[in-house]
Amino acid sequence: MKKFILAVAIPVLLAACGSAVKLDNVPVEDKAGSTVPQTSMDSKAAGSGVAQSGVTPVDTAKSNPDVAIQSTARVVYFDYDSFAIRPEFQTLIESHARFVKGDKTKKIAIEGHTDDRGGREYNLALGQKRAEAVRSALGLQGVAESQMEAVSFGKEKPAVQGATEAAMEKNRRAEIAYR
Amino acid sequence: MPSLQDWDNATMLKRIFIGFLAAVACLPALAQFRVDVSGVGLTQFPIAVLAFRGDDSSPQKIGGIVQADLERSGQFRGLDVAGVVLDEASRLDFSAWRQKGADALVAGSISRLADGRYDVRMRLWDVVRGQDLGGQSFAVVAGDLRLVAHRISDFVYEKLTGDKGVFSTRIVYVTKGGQTYNLWVADADGENAQSALKSTEPIISPSWAPNGTQIAYVSFESRKPVIFVHDVASGKRRLVANFKGSNSAPAWSPDGRTLAATLSRDGGSQLYTMDANGGEPRRLAQSSSIDTEPTFTADGKTIYFVSDRGGSPQIYRMALAGGTPERVTFSGTYNISPALSRDGKWMAYISRVSGAFKLHIMDLASGAANAVADTVADENPSFSPNSKLIIYATQQQGRESLMTTTLDGKIKARLAGQSGDIREPDWGPVQK
Repeated sequence: MKKFILAVAIPVLLAACGSAVKLDNVPVEDKAGSTVPQTSMDSKAAGSGVAQSGVTPVDTAKSNPDVAIQSTARVVYFDYDSFAIRPEFQTLIESHARFVKGDKTKKIAIEGHTDDRGGREYNLALGQKRAEAVRSALGLQGVAESQMEAVSFGKEKPAVQGATEAAMEKNRRAEIAYR
Repeated sequence: MPSLQDWDNATMLKRIFIGFLAAVACLPALAQFRVDVSGVGLTQFPIAVLAFRGDDSSPQKIGGIVQADLERSGQFRGLDVAGVVLDEASRLDFSAWRQKGADALVAGSISRLADGRYDVRMRLWDVVRGQDLGGQSFAVVAGDLRLVAHRISDFVYEKLTGDKGVFSTRIVYVTKGGQTYNLWVADADGENAQSALKSTEPIISPSWAPNGTQIAYVSFESRKPVIFVHDVASGKRRLVANFKGSNSAPAWSPDGRTLAATLSRDGGSQLYTMDANGGEPRRLAQSSSIDTEPTFTADGKTIYFVSDRGGSPQIYRMALAGGTPERVTFSGTYNISPALSRDGKWMAYISRVSGAFKLHIMDLASGAANAVADTVADENPSFSPNSKLIIYATQQQGRESLMTTTLDGKIKARLAGQSGDIREPDWGPVQK
């Protein structure tokens, strides 16, 4: 039985490896943002034609394809308002723990999510609590802290759209992502 | 100078009656500027804002923008003055305007200069007393014409109410369309939106720096929440919090030097402060609960925040210098997203009532709180810099929208702007 789960899980895990975007790729200007000097409305804006209320757009796009790999093999679901890992997910957690312990170069992110009720920031904190619950469970299985990061998406990335109880059940989750 | 306070009862009653008639008559004009105002205030100041001479051939209809601004404040009622042609140099027939029920009148002109800029002039009159209250003139490029119109609204508002206007301020908000998230900077009326950031991953919690030139926000572009500070004019941005775990809920200190934020680097969602240029965070408090959504008081000495330390999310306050947090909300089991007015008198927040998330306002002196919206999915309130209005996100007919409301909840306006889902508003400061 365990062999079967691993056989299913590992290809999925490997597939997930290619999808992660490394933080070093984030385009960042390392420039201190000094205050932009204010000009009065009647200033000599003449020849320039530049409005003082102008905004320069930035596009993070391209390097961030949204690859939403849906697989129960790496998703732990939670009850409403709960952070407890239900017993049926213990096998899943043991499988991932074994896989990660077997290769010290592997790094995983545990991504916590909530349903769409309530505020964005408070849900972010609730999702963090779920992610940290899974991180603790993996830690108990012997996974090193240095190989794990617990992060949260709050209610921003629902797995399923809609406000039905069925949709919300699918959204209260923590996903294990290989990076 | 007439003020909103010095009317006698007879004129007040007359105005209430005329107000109802005018509210109906004004609807087409409002629709034109896509300002959807609901609610009738009893103390609205009747004002005639004429189309500026030259509005027909200018890229922006200055008179219309000014009238819509004044109406959105909830304190003015624009009279129907279609077809009347006057400008800043005209001599007014005050008794005729008094007959029409105007207490004040705004007229002006716009013309194109040889160098391509526009010359905008305006004058405000107190019709009741037959006085010239002064005027303004501007020479600007086309891209700043809306800003000029909002500055004129500020001038009129301040002359007639004695309070600072906030029409020339800017707001920031986020839209989601398909899988694209956009961070927009727009005029306070929701118009003139310009994209500051486009991303395929969510953007939340934008917050204006006190200088009005930078925005801190949370971006998920690296598959986790991290905090950026973004210079709006140049598009340059700095990653200021990218610690292990989640980084969120940035809030500026009033002097703009410090950011408070929620970090999970040491386990759990906890409050920290850090230099706005980045650097090592300082932990503000230590709890085994969720602590998040920090916001500074105007004096920078106290932080309001949300914590579930008592078993449910409630709003607390705590001195930055240290000390025991003090609970602020006691009613209900879900109170989040505190926003403080700059005058220190009010706190807006979201409270769950019978499963509905509703905007509330608390009088901080007495602790008395009231729901001020009839919608059920309100989020993320933010005060205007003059503490007179609140902008917040909500849902209407299943669509996300942004609303402004007066503090008594009587005058609400749906902001013009983007189609699609629109959320996370933050009202910027008054710019010099």
